[in-house]
Amino acid sequence: MTIAAHFDIEYLQYLDPDGKLVADLPKGFDPKSLLPLFKQMLYVRVFDTKAIALQRTGKLGTYAASLGHEATHVGIGASMRPEDVFAPSYREYGAQFMRGVRPREVLMYWGGDERGNDFEGPKNDYPWCVPISTQCLMAAGAALAFKLRKEPRIAVSCCGDGGSSKADFYAAVNSAGAYKLPLVLCVINNGWAISVPRSAQTGAETLAQKGLAGGLHCLQVDGNDLIAVLEAMRRAGERARNGEGGSVIEFMTYRLHDHTTADDARRYRGEDEVKAGWTREPMLRLRSFLTAKKLWDEAQEKAWLEECGKQVDVEINAYLESKVQPVEAMFDFLYADPPPDLLAQRAAAIALEKRNG
Amino acid sequence: MAEPTTAPAAITLIEAITQALAYEMRNDPAVVVLGEDVGVNGGVFRATAGLQQTFGSLRVLDTPLDETTIAGLTVGMASQGMKPVAEAQFDGFMYPMVDFIVCHAARMRYRTRGRLTCPMVLRVPWGGGIRAPEHHSEANESIFTNVPGLRVVMPSSPARAYGLLLAAIREPDPVIFFEPKRIYRQYKEVVLDDGEALPLDVCYVLRDGSDLTLVTWGAQVKETLEAADALAKDGISAEVIDVATLKPLDFATIAESVAKTGRCVIVHEAAKTAGFGAEIAARLAEESMFDLVAPVERVTGYDTHIPLFRLEMKFLPSVDKIVAAAKRAMALS
Repeated sequence: MTIAAHFDIEYLQYLDPDGKLVADLPKGFDPKSLLPLFKQMLYVRVFDTKAIALQRTGKLGTYAASLGHEATHVGIGASMRPEDVFAPSYREYGAQFMRGVRPREVLMYWGGDERGNDFEGPKNDYPWCVPISTQCLMAAGAALAFKLRKEPRIAVSCCGDGGSSKADFYAAVNSAGAYKLPLVLCVINNGWAISVPRSAQTGAETLAQKGLAGGLHCLQVDGNDLIAVLEAMRRAGERARNGEGGSVIEFMTYRLHDHTTADDARRYRGEDEVKAGWTREPMLRLRSFLTAKKLWDEAQEKAWLEECGKQVDVEINAYLESKVQPVEAMFDFLYADPPPDLLAQRAAAIALEKRNG
Repeated sequence: MAEPTTAPAAITLIEAITQALAYEMRNDPAVVVLGEDVGVNGGVFRATAGLQQTFGSLRVLDTPLDETTIAGLTVGMASQGMKPVAEAQFDGFMYPMVDFIVCHAARMRYRTRGRLTCPMVLRVPWGGGIRAPEHHSEANESIFTNVPGLRVVMPSSPARAYGLLLAAIREPDPVIFFEPKRIYRQYKEVVLDDGEALPLDVCYVLRDGSDLTLVTWGAQVKETLEAADALAKDGISAEVIDVATLKPLDFATIAESVAKTGRCVIVHEAAKTAGFGAEIAARLAEESMFDLVAPVERVTGYDTHIPLFRLEMKFLPSVDKIVAAAKRAMALS
């Protein structure tokens, strides 16, 4: 038998669910560097919890929680440089906060206001992307722009396990290979695409291997292990920056919450599975690891959570106190140079508002 | 002694497209051209002939054979400071691009409150009448005229192709640029390569008349002008308007003409129901009803798919059909 090609998918894990090291730390890795990221993960969880509560009390629209994804999201954000471009799906708040997206902007968006997409921080990052995986291909376009202009920047995009089924994802993989783009495609496999399990998405053994077909570097990592996430992103980022092309990284994690607040996961998945998910979640193992290294303790956690609560409340209040955009906001920003018919509709809408007081 | 002068050669509509692309690529380093077969091959219609040789493979990119890829890369590049001009090889192949056009290109500026924008052009060889295989002959402009945030343009002469394409590339918002492939090489005219763009929000009055207004765009300009000639022989004076930019529509020019003539026949190749003619007819009903002395007539493709080419000329508007509609309008006063 002649073999035309042969492939392996490396699996990366350093911390097991108990916080024990199962592999030597990456060369030169300083455990202290995990501390600010662990704090960021805690912050995201506080934000998430409060955002869900806001939705439940009618103060926020449908919200997509990030519960359980914190290590993956924060690790992705931590690995990027300010000048890079991030193209998220719609729950990667941990990565976005690392890049300067403000929590109040997240709330604005899910609170029904386009201004949430007008990030004060990362000016070139893409807004949340609901159509599924189109962000991956836009990120490929961004990466192509960087490559054509010979800029030392990379594009990073995220989609879910379900998102990796879309033609747009495959198109991003293919074009990244064809043009050798500085692109990192992060497939965040949380087990569920709303109600459809990972097993129903594809016959492929891993989602990482989908990148092989496009000639990309592929890796599967424990997405609940922050060290593995950082190392995977470091490798992919280095390749991209060195002109070695794109990567697909599959992050194995678990969606601990419903798909969104409009979903009820009890309809389609068992309690046992969710319970098991809570034993593997990313905070537990990192807390154990840092505590064992004497870098963290209960008192610090208590104080930090209190601080997070205060900081998030400031953001929530800023969101709640923000005024609804005037009716003409619907017309503004549609065109750089709005046509007269549109301006006439705008004037009519303003007049109607005035008449209705 | 005077320098010997050579008069600029007359060029076809497709050559005017090439001329505009080359001009703007020289003028603006952010402009890149991409699509299937646009590089080495110069495009299946030759619209990009010679561009890769002149500007190199970093400015003229052959893409993988996937329209989704072309659209996604184009939106990605446009939103990061480039001005991509993408080619959808044929009208009937552009449907996979609709997701990117509608969900991203058309609303990038809107949903980010102007933080990100999408200055892109999608060039689409458009329409029937060239005896092409299936899916190569669609008149699908009204799918896009209903999408907020887009501009939809269709030139009908070499000069307008040059000027409107330059304007489309310089436009800060996405433009769907339909090129009537049936008249790509219909005739030549001198088009100065002076970089002068034409306005993107203007209808062109191609022929003055006093009895009725014929409104059309794209390849049908040819039959409509011929119909006006035929009507003139019967003593009927027809004004002919080339809409040129469908979105935003310069309705004022049409209304002004109808105020003068009192009659309007709209000619388009696309299917009748919810075709762009319906929008013009509705505007006339809303704003020009008391100027009208006869019902608005529409001469359009039938509400069928464009048939394969043995029958396609029977589907398309013809001089006879336009003249008949005009005479029906003239019978009422």
